[in-house]
Order: sequence, then C-alpha cells, then structure tokens
Amino acid sequence: MKKVRRLDGTAMTAHADTSSARQPEPKPSRRARGRLGRGFSVRSLIHVCLLALGFVFSIPLLWVITTSFKGQGGIFTYPIEWIPDPIVWSNYPRLLNVLTFSGWPGIVFFFRNTFFISILATVGTLVSSILVAYSFARLQWPERNFLFSLSLATMMLPSVVILIPTFLLFRDLKWLNTFMPMIVPFWFAVQGFYIFLLRQFFLGLPAELEEAARIDGANSLRILWGIVVPLSRPAIVTVSIFSFLQHYNEFLSPLLYLNAVEKFPMALGMRMFQGTYTNDWPLMMAATATFILPTICLFLMAQRHFIQGIQLTGLAGR
Amino acid sequence: MARRQAWEGRIFALPFILGFLAFWLYPMSYSVYLVFQDWDLLSPPSFVGLDNIFDLFRDESIGISLGNTSYYTFIGVPLQLVLALALALLLNVKVRGLAIYRTLFYLPAMTPIVASAIVWLQILHPEFGILNSFLRNLGIEPVNWLFDPRAAKPAFILMTLWGVGPQMVIFLAGLQGVPQSLYEAAEIDGASRFQRFLFITIPMISSITFFNLVVGVIASFQVFTTAFIMTRGGPQNATLFLVLYLYRNGFQYFKMGYASAIAWMLFVIIVAFTVIQFRLASRWVYEEGAPA
Repeated sequence: MKKVRRLDGTAMTAHADTSSARQPEPKPSRRARGRLGRGFSVRSLIHVCLLALGFVFSIPLLWVITTSFKGQGGIFTYPIEWIPDPIVWSNYPRLLNVLTFSGWPGIVFFFRNTFFISILATVGTLVSSILVAYSFARLQWPERNFLFSLSLATMMLPSVVILIPTFLLFRDLKWLNTFMPMIVPFWFAVQGFYIFLLRQFFLGLPAELEEAARIDGANSLRILWGIVVPLSRPAIVTVSIFSFLQHYNEFLSPLLYLNAVEKFPMALGMRMFQGTYTNDWPLMMAATATFILPTICLFLMAQRHFIQGIQLTGLAGR
Repeated sequence: MARRQAWEGRIFALPFILGFLAFWLYPMSYSVYLVFQDWDLLSPPSFVGLDNIFDLFRDESIGISLGNTSYYTFIGVPLQLVLALALALLLNVKVRGLAIYRTLFYLPAMTPIVASAIVWLQILHPEFGILNSFLRNLGIEPVNWLFDPRAAKPAFILMTLWGVGPQMVIFLAGLQGVPQSLYEAAEIDGASRFQRFLFITIPMISSITFFNLVVGVIASFQVFTTAFIMTRGGPQNATLFLVLYLYRNGFQYFKMGYASAIAWMLFVIIVAFTVIQFRLASRWVYEEGAPA
C-alpha cells in the first residue's frame, strides 16, 4: 500500500490497494527523468483530455441537479441555463404532494419499501454468504469442492433463464404482492459472486489464530464469529455495499411480483412518477435526484471499498 | 475432530445447498419442462412437444430481437472496452486530481438504472434534450434519437458508454499490475511510447480485457430495463431486445412455455458465445504464471 502511495505522490490513497502486492519496487517515474519538455506537454495534453471527458461524463448528473431547481418554463430555454435563474426550490417539497395514498406522500412509501427490502436482503446475503464462504474456505469436508464449483457456475448463469419458473414458484408459494421474493432467496446464499469474494478473502487470512482456537476446543461458529468476522471487515463492507445497491436498484423483480402501489419500491415508484408527470421535467428530476442521492453518498463514503471490490472481481477473472 | 468438521462444514454450507436446490436447480428443471408445454396460467398446461422451439424459428419478432440484441452487444461492448481502456490509460499517468476524475467517471455507474433511463429520456429528447442542443451548437442536424429506428440503438449504446466506470476501474487495476521494469527495458531498447503500449500494455492486460469482454457480452445480451422504460421496444421494434420480448411473452401474453423457450435460446446463445470467447482466448490472451 505504501508503495502505491509513493508512486501516486499526493492524496491518492484509495485506489490500487488490492493490486499493490503485484507492484514492483517503485522507481522514480520514467517521465521524471530527462525529456522534461516533452513529458510536460504530454502531461498537459492528458490533463486537457481528462478535464474534457470529466465534464462530458458529468453532464447528465449536472443536468439532473440544475433541472430540479428550475421552473416549468426554464427547461425550454436555449442555450441551456446551467445555473437556474431564478432558482426554484419548490420542486422538492412538491414531491411530497404528488401520488399520495391514504394521506401519505407516495415517495415516503417508496423509500420505506426500498430500504426495508434492501436492508433485509443485504443482511440475509451477509449472514448466509459468510457461513457458506467460511465452510468453503476453511472447513474440510468431502463434497466441498463440488459444491463450490456449483456456486461458481451460478455466477455464469444468466438469471433470465429462470425468470419464468421462479415467478411460477413464488406464485405457488403465494408470495405474489409481498416482499418475500425480493428478500427470502438472499438468505440462502443464491449469489455465487459474494460467496466467492468472501471465500477469497478468508483464504488470505492467517490460519494460525483459527488453528490455536480450534485446539483450545472452540467450535467453528465461535471461531468464525470471534476471529474471522472481525478480521474480515473490509470484505464484509464491500459485500454489504454491493448487495445493498443491487437491491436498491432492482427493477425487474418488483415489477413482476408487486402490484399494490403502496408496496412499490422507489425503482417502480420512479416509473409511476414518470408515467404521471412525463412533462413536468423539474419534478421528475427532483425525484431522480432524491433517488440517486443515497447511492452517491454511499459511494463517496465508501469509495475505497467499491474500487477494491470491483478490482477484486476483475482480477479474479485472471 | 475431522468428522466434527465435516458436519460443521455441511451445516454451514446448508443455506447454499438449500438455496441452490430451491432457487436454481428447481427453476432450471421446471423451465425445461415448460419448454414443452403450452400454458397461459388459466387453463392447465398442455404438452405440445417441440412446437415452442419450432415457433422460435417461425417468429419474425425473434429474428428482429436477436438482430437488435446482437447489434447492441457487438457494437456496444467493443466501444465500451475501448472507452474504458482509454480512460484507464489516462488515469494511469498519475496526474493530479486523479481521485476526482476517477469519481467523475465512476459516478454514472452509481446511478440506479431506472433513474438513468429517465434522465436519458430527457437528454435524448428531440426538441428540448441537451444532446440535440449541443449538436445544434456544432451545426449538426438534430437527431430524433428514440423516435428514429436508425438512431435508437446507437442512442442506447451511447447510454451504456456513460456507465463504463467499473470496467475502467478493472482496467486501471490491470495497468497498475504491469511491471514497470518491462517498460524500462523496452525504453532502453528504444521502443516508442506507442510501441510500448502495443507490445507491452496490450498483451499484459489481455486477461483483464478478456474478463471485461466476457462479462460485458453476458450483461449486454440481457438488456431490459432501459428499453422497457424508454422505448418499450419501439420505434418500429428497433429496440425490441430478447429479454424484453421474453417479458412480453411471459407477462403480457401469458405464454409461459414460449417464454421459457426464448429464455433457453438466450441461454444457449450466451453460453455459446462464452465458450467461443474462451476458445479464442488462447490465441490472444497472455497468461502470466503470476498468482492471481
């Protein structure tokens, strides 16, 4: 980790933690030596490119923010006003007055449902995947490798194949129009990716502590809870974030399984807003901004874990 | 002790064993059964033999959606990879403010897909969308993006390009894993910047490229939400993708058997392409003996 920091120079500590082990001893950058003039111009060119691309990539989200502070007429001005004049604050409060059910703003229902589903599904993913991953990583039992390869196989399976039968299964279980289809399967470690990620992390932990505890007579559950889990915080945080976001974003399952509007999560609620207020762009963009805000906050707070998790996935593919 | 561990191991893995049986194996087998049935959920299912599979070949919409999905995948994914690699190369130079740029490039991928569909619906609006106002500024004729059958798929691909952040991060990790000593040796031998890129960087990150390609193709073949929200398959079926057509058959026309047949067709296509890519991989992917 230190090496990477030195290479980067400044505040860049977040990235490359996972790959640092593979980094050779840092040499002073080859650009730093000699040919200063040319190196400098290439560097400025790169800066210009990055600035331009960074701006282009930001446009859609900037557009969301500025539109959400415009009046109805403001969106039709040309050229675009990036800073609205006047700034209209009322679009956000307006969200609370539209699509109301039994006296409550729809958006309150939508967010409550989204958080309820996402949190319960994430907790289930964590509990089940940690148990399974630990079993696959550390416990010795005959069928282990076969089952582990099965869990890897589920990673490659396009889930679309089981869309129809899964729907019929939940229908037979009388789970339609409940949150069960969005929550229960995840308590059964259905996502090989998380098992894989945690297993890899567990394998990287020193085994001595566990062995000592085992000789002292501790059972696997105590070892897992008392030793492995506290040491695995980074991996657990990564899995939590990925899982939470996945459920926060999920669109197809609620679309298939829910029909009562007051049970809709935000992803479906957004579509209702869009259907009802198609032409009220400022209102739509206020709803969008509200929907996006938690994911962006999560990213900014836990950026390091994201990057690590993503890189781990990618490097695992090697 | 070993026996105790064997039992603990199985018990710990029980969630997966049960989950696999209930939510993977059972649906998969059920799906095979459904392929040979005609079932609208109202009357009992009836056995129709291979009719659903024959229908796949007769159905014009299958050809259309297969074509659309292939276009979206085989033009979209390579462009995504090129853009992601270009961004990663730029970020790999260790310029100042790298963290900020990386955040800017990554944030779009954090946008929930429903939200980005709604945002792009406005960006691509023919009259008031910003994309067309930029084009007008440049003196280019505005495009009817989502209302023009020729422009709709490129518009969708443009949207996916906005979300290449994760692929970029993976490329960046790969670039950082290339030993500096190789570049230094090449530089001493007089290799130009471009030669170093072509003969060191590209081969050294080929396994990362391969990973991004395989994952990208699998994901791209399953595109649904954006088309469902933005165009509902239109204009003139230009964005009728396979999963959207599957959804229609299953949940609008209630043809459970036929929808399952489409699902298996999609499955076979995805597996076939994945296998082909793995076969071709030995020709261009450089496997270093290094630990993963």
